[in-house]
Amino acid sequence: MNYFPDEVIEHVFDFVTSHKDRNSISLVCKSWFKIERYSRQNVFIGNCYSISPERLLRRFPCFKSLTLKGKPHFADFNLVPHGWGGFVQPWIEALARSRVGLEELRLKRMVVTDEGLELLSRSFVNFKSLVLVSCEGFSTDGLASIASNCRHLRDLDLQENEIDDHRGQWLSCFPETYTSLVTLNFACLEGETNLVALERLVARSPNLRSLKLNRAVPLDALARLMACAPQIVDLGVGSYEDEQDSESCLKLQAAIRKCTSLRSLSGFLEAAPHCLSAFHPVCHNLTSLNLSYAAEIHGSHLIKLIEHCKKLQRLWILDSIGDKGLEVVASTCKELQELRVFPTDLHGGGNTAVTEDGLVAISAGCPKLHSILYFCQQMTNAALITVARNCPNFIRFRLCILEPHKPDHVTSQPLDEGFGAIVQACKNLKRLSVSGLLTDQVFLYIGMFATQLEMLSIAFAGDTDKGMLYVLNGCKKMRKLEIRDSPFGDAALLADVNKYETMRSLWMSSCEVTLGGCKRLARKAPWLNVEIINENDNNRMEENGYEGRQKVDNKLYLYRTVVGTRVDAPPFVWIL
Amino acid sequence: MDEFVNLKATELRLGLPGTNNVCEERVSCNSNSNKRALQADAENETETSPPRKAQIVGWPPVRSYRKNNIHTKKNESDLESQGIYVKVSMDGAPYLRKIDLSCYKGYSELLKALEMMFKFSVGEYSERDGYKGSDFVPTYEDKDGDWMLIGDVPWEMFVCNCKRLRIMKGSEAKCLGSGV
Repeated sequence: MNYFPDEVIEHVFDFVTSHKDRNSISLVCKSWFKIERYSRQNVFIGNCYSISPERLLRRFPCFKSLTLKGKPHFADFNLVPHGWGGFVQPWIEALARSRVGLEELRLKRMVVTDEGLELLSRSFVNFKSLVLVSCEGFSTDGLASIASNCRHLRDLDLQENEIDDHRGQWLSCFPETYTSLVTLNFACLEGETNLVALERLVARSPNLRSLKLNRAVPLDALARLMACAPQIVDLGVGSYEDEQDSESCLKLQAAIRKCTSLRSLSGFLEAAPHCLSAFHPVCHNLTSLNLSYAAEIHGSHLIKLIEHCKKLQRLWILDSIGDKGLEVVASTCKELQELRVFPTDLHGGGNTAVTEDGLVAISAGCPKLHSILYFCQQMTNAALITVARNCPNFIRFRLCILEPHKPDHVTSQPLDEGFGAIVQACKNLKRLSVSGLLTDQVFLYIGMFATQLEMLSIAFAGDTDKGMLYVLNGCKKMRKLEIRDSPFGDAALLADVNKYETMRSLWMSSCEVTLGGCKRLARKAPWLNVEIINENDNNRMEENGYEGRQKVDNKLYLYRTVVGTRVDAPPFVWIL
Repeated sequence: MDEFVNLKATELRLGLPGTNNVCEERVSCNSNSNKRALQADAENETETSPPRKAQIVGWPPVRSYRKNNIHTKKNESDLESQGIYVKVSMDGAPYLRKIDLSCYKGYSELLKALEMMFKFSVGEYSERDGYKGSDFVPTYEDKDGDWMLIGDVPWEMFVCNCKRLRIMKGSEAKCLGSGV
């Protein structure tokens, strides 16, 4: 390869797109490092505090797409207080100052401001794609800037963000001449939208493939929108009240029948049961169905819909579907690859909607299943062993038994053997979440068998430090380890400090780790940022909406970094 | 900074508050875990609505966005069912509405809400004469399929028996409104 001119090598590298592979080829030799540097188009930064924008620009001066992730995963569950960090502003400012021709920005769990969005919209002439997932800190004013200024915008994809909805006219800010929209997802906006502006925007967007509406778009508007965009591939219907006798329903049915390219359906936030039948004509083409917000649709209607969806690859649903419903899924959806079953009753009210039987049925009926997230009230070792035998191809296996420490409900044993069977059978397992009553034994199994495991979530599990040590010593590919309410302490934390350099991050909350132990770790490993989130302040408890008498505990979050201590930490974060 | 390590009193533990309690709780947690589980199972079998469990922060691991969107209309009470939604139609209106009867404590709140929703007023209720002073009369369909005047029976009985609401207007209303 050294005899080829750089342009040829670069052309070959163009076919290498995965981040891991590009990282690998950059390590081969100096000349490849240099060629790869200048030709890297997509940069992925899993922890925004592991590196600085300046270092990024120095290494990759020509990238077009940047993915940044901020807060740790447990921030999704309110374990990280407001103001912790993950601010995108310094990144946008640095990129704006440079000559990078940014076209795509994807952010997850970051704090974004209207000023940042405005700066973004004005700084990059060819900006095409903005994807914000679980972000916060901005309002529809920021969206208005993006709409007004990004002439070549293709994607505006807002997934589950906390957006301050000023009910303004951000949709009307797209110029009349603007016709390049491909993706528009504003399902997470709470307020009313300008329906006229929306319809005109959709009507002048022939390339529109993905449209996800919020709950404020009524049925008749939905019918008109679908009629304007029969080429739609991915549709989120927002609110969907049942209007059995109205003209709108007929218009909707007619419009749906024309949407022959429709492959993905979601939304139904306030849907009444009878409405789903309007979609039956297109079900046979659907590959992705997300009914996990449709709390008002009960089992039988869900089942009627799913019976038509023989090509389904991805299904997100609520546990109101029941074991019977999952049996229907198992017998209908032979192409199913990913299943997520979410809980409707979050307070453990005893409604056993899905049990281990549903999980076993799915594992038996769906040979292509590789990713599962399953919330349930009860589980048995026998069921998990059967699931492991039926489905050795799991890449992601996340089981959440709603009651902490709950054992096998038949034998009253811990669920060590069940999860042990999963990790032993599933040789490609990359992500695992465990729950229920678990001793150190399960971690022995995980350390022994889960050789490809990259992310592990542990809650209310284990007996002694040995548990955590089995994992740290055994799982060579571990990148993210997050632990809560488990009896692991300083001995486990400090046993192998160098291990943390091979990982992106470690989270431990409500464990047995002490401040002294963390300080010792910080001293031994200067390449780590060791942060303690200190929440002993009562005022802060109220701010974060804590109810009544909650446990108050401190949290450890450590991560490798090449740029040392961050400067934007709030007072309640101690960086050791 | 090292001196802090030795001062147990001021030591900041990454665990439950109260040092000794932590150890005890953890030990009892694990050694009695089987026993506790059996007891818990027995509880679940005998009680129809289990006691409200203490809320653990961040558990179950469901994104707050999802929690907020599933529970927009629900009350945070274990005794409450999923909300009692009934359709409301008004003669002459182009589409129906839905309301959650469990949101209201009595007839006056319900009627006020209906008045606001459909921009009308019901007039004065009396047991003898029904609703006087308005063309609109609020009625409901009960479990037997009969159309009844709203306000005659105690509120709780009404909520249990009400299948849907209808705001009648005009001559039809006059018949019902002025007593059977």
